[in-house]
Amino acid sequence: MTTATVSRWDRFRESFLWYSFKRDKIAIVSFVVFVAIVLAGVFAPLFAPADPYDLAQINIMNSELPPVWMAGGDAQFPLGTDAQGRDLLSTILYGTRVSLLIGFGAVLMQGALGILFGLLAGYLGGRVDAVLMRIADVQLSFSTLMVAIIVGAVFKASFGNLMFGEIAIYMLIVIIGIAEWPQIARTVRASVLAEKKKEYVDAAKVMGFGTNRIMFRHILPNTLSPIFVISTVQIANAIISEAALSFLGLGMPETQPSLGSLIKSGFDYIQSGSWWITLIPGLVLVVLVLVINLLGDWLRDMMNPRLYKG
Amino acid sequence: MALLEVNNLDVRFAVRGGDLQALQSISFSLDKGERLGLVGESGAGKSVAAFSILKLIAQPGYIAGGEVLFEGRNLSAMSERELRQIRGNRIAMIFQDPMMTLNPVLTVGTQMVEALKAHRRISTRAARDIALKKLQKVSIPSPDKRLDQYPHELSGGMRQRVIIAIALLLDPDIIIADEPTTALDVTIQAEIMALLLALCEQDNVALMLITHDLGLVSQVTQRMLVMYSGRIIEQGPTKEIINDAQHPYTQGLINALPQMGEPGRRLYQIPGSMPSLSRIPPGCPFHPRCPFVTDECRQTMPEYVQSGNVDVACYEVSKLIEQENRAPEVTP
Repeated sequence: MTTATVSRWDRFRESFLWYSFKRDKIAIVSFVVFVAIVLAGVFAPLFAPADPYDLAQINIMNSELPPVWMAGGDAQFPLGTDAQGRDLLSTILYGTRVSLLIGFGAVLMQGALGILFGLLAGYLGGRVDAVLMRIADVQLSFSTLMVAIIVGAVFKASFGNLMFGEIAIYMLIVIIGIAEWPQIARTVRASVLAEKKKEYVDAAKVMGFGTNRIMFRHILPNTLSPIFVISTVQIANAIISEAALSFLGLGMPETQPSLGSLIKSGFDYIQSGSWWITLIPGLVLVVLVLVINLLGDWLRDMMNPRLYKG
Repeated sequence: MALLEVNNLDVRFAVRGGDLQALQSISFSLDKGERLGLVGESGAGKSVAAFSILKLIAQPGYIAGGEVLFEGRNLSAMSERELRQIRGNRIAMIFQDPMMTLNPVLTVGTQMVEALKAHRRISTRAARDIALKKLQKVSIPSPDKRLDQYPHELSGGMRQRVIIAIALLLDPDIIIADEPTTALDVTIQAEIMALLLALCEQDNVALMLITHDLGLVSQVTQRMLVMYSGRIIEQGPTKEIINDAQHPYTQGLINALPQMGEPGRRLYQIPGSMPSLSRIPPGCPFHPRCPFVTDECRQTMPEYVQSGNVDVACYEVSKLIEQENRAPEVTP
C-alpha cells in the first residue's frame, strides 16, 4: 500500500493541539516548567543530595543554616537547612513529590466519584439526579477546607497520630477527593445533559445498546474535554488544599513533609530571621500552581468547542 | 402472518394540563421484504410512530394503548432486555442527519465492532471482518481505511453509507429509515436511495421509509400511509394513491408538486397549516382546511372506507362511493 498508515504520532503532529501549542509561548514555558518540576519530584531520590527521611543523616547542629550565597552558608546545603538540620533542597524535592502525588491522587479520586455520579445524575435524570445533586449542593455549601478539616480530624482521632503519619498521604488523597467531587460531578452532569439529546445517543439506543454501555462508552468520551480542563484546575486546587491543611497541622507530618508542611515548619522561625525555610518552598508551590493553572487556561481555550470543533 | 403488525397504537405526551395525543389508533402491517412509505408533514407523527415501534419513545411520551407485534410477539409487553435483542439486531433504524448519528469521538470501526459485539458473541477480529464486508457492500471507497477514520473525516454521503452499513450489520429483517436522504444533496440522495433499495431487495429486508418526499415514495415503495395530525388518513398501494388520491389532503399534497408536463402552472397550496398537537380540532383533524367540509366532519372522525385497494378516512369519499354504488350501471 502506498499510503502508509497514519501513526498516532503523525496524527498528533498534524493536530490543532500541537499547532496551537507551538504558537503559544506561555503554554510552552508553563509546560517546560511543569515537566521540570514533575521530573524533579518523581526522581527526587536521584537529584537530592541527602535523604530527608533518613534520620541518621540529620544533624541538629546544622539547623537553620542559610542558603549558600549568604554569610554562614555551607556548600553542603545549597538552599540552607530547616530547623531540624535537614537539607532544604532535598526536603523541597521530596516535598514536591508528596504534593504532586496528593494533587494527582486527589483529582483521580474526585474524577472517579465525579464522573460516576455526574454521569448517573445527568443520564438517568429524575430522582437519581435530584438526590445526587442535592448531596453535591449540600457539600458545596460548606467550604472545601471545612469538610476536609472535619474528615481529617475524625481520621486523625480514630487512627491516632502515629498511625496517621504513616497513612497520611492516602488519607489526604481521600479527604481532598471526597471534599471536591461535586465540582467535577456538576461539570460532567452539565455536559451529559447536552450530549444525551444528540442523535448519536438515539442511534445507540436503536442499536440495542444497554444503558451502561451508552453512558460510559458513548457519552463519557464526548464529555472528556471539559473534564480534562477542570481537572487541571482541580490539581492546582488540590495541591493548595493540601498545603493549607498541612499548614493548619492536619496534613503531612514533619517527618515526611509536603511543601505545605515545610512552609508551616518554617513559619515558626520566620521571626528569628530564617525566612528561607518558608519562602523557598512557598515559591516552588506558587510556581507549580501557577504553571498548572496557565496550562489549564490554555487547554480550556484550546478545547472550547466554540473556537474549535473536532 | 405479517412480519410487523401495528394495531390501534395510541401514543400520548404527558404535559402540564393534560395529555396530548401524538398518535391515534395507528394500524398497519409490514410483510417480509415489503417497502412501505410513511408520508406526512412535519409534526404529523411519522418519527413518533417509528420510535414507538421500537418502544423508544422518549419522556414525556408514552404508549397509551394498542400493540406492536413483531413476528407475532408483542413488543409492548417485552422486557427491556428482550427489546434490546430486537433493536439493531432485527429492526434497524437509519436517521435523518448523518452528521449527528455517528458518535464523533469513536472511529467508524470501533462503532461497528461494538454494535456487532453487543448482539453476538464474536471476537473483535471477526467483528472487524464483518464490518469491512458491510462497508464493501455499501460501495464506499477504500473501506479498510474508513474503519480507522473518525466520522468528521468522512463526507456526508460517505457517512450515510457508513450508517447504512451499520444498519445492515446484523442482517436485520426491517430497516426503518427516517428521512434518510433529507440532509444530503440531490445527486447523493439518488445514489444513497438506489443503494438502500438494492441492498434491501438483495437481502429481502423490509423497508419502512419515512419521508415527506412524495416523489421518493412513489419510486421506492409498494404501499404507503399518509399521516395527518397523528392519524393515518389514507393507506394502500403507492401507485393507486399517487395516481388517484382519495383523501382531499393527499390530493392537496400531490397537487402541490410541480409537474413535468405543465410548465408555468401555479402550484396548489393547501390553505392553513397543520394544527399543533395541543389544538387538534374535533372530528376530522383536517376539516378546517378541507374544501369539502360538512357538519359531519366537524363532529366525528370518519371511519375507514375502501375505495379500490385503498383505505381512506373521509366522509366525502364514502359519499362518492355510495353514489357510485347507487347509480345504475351505464353500458355504452
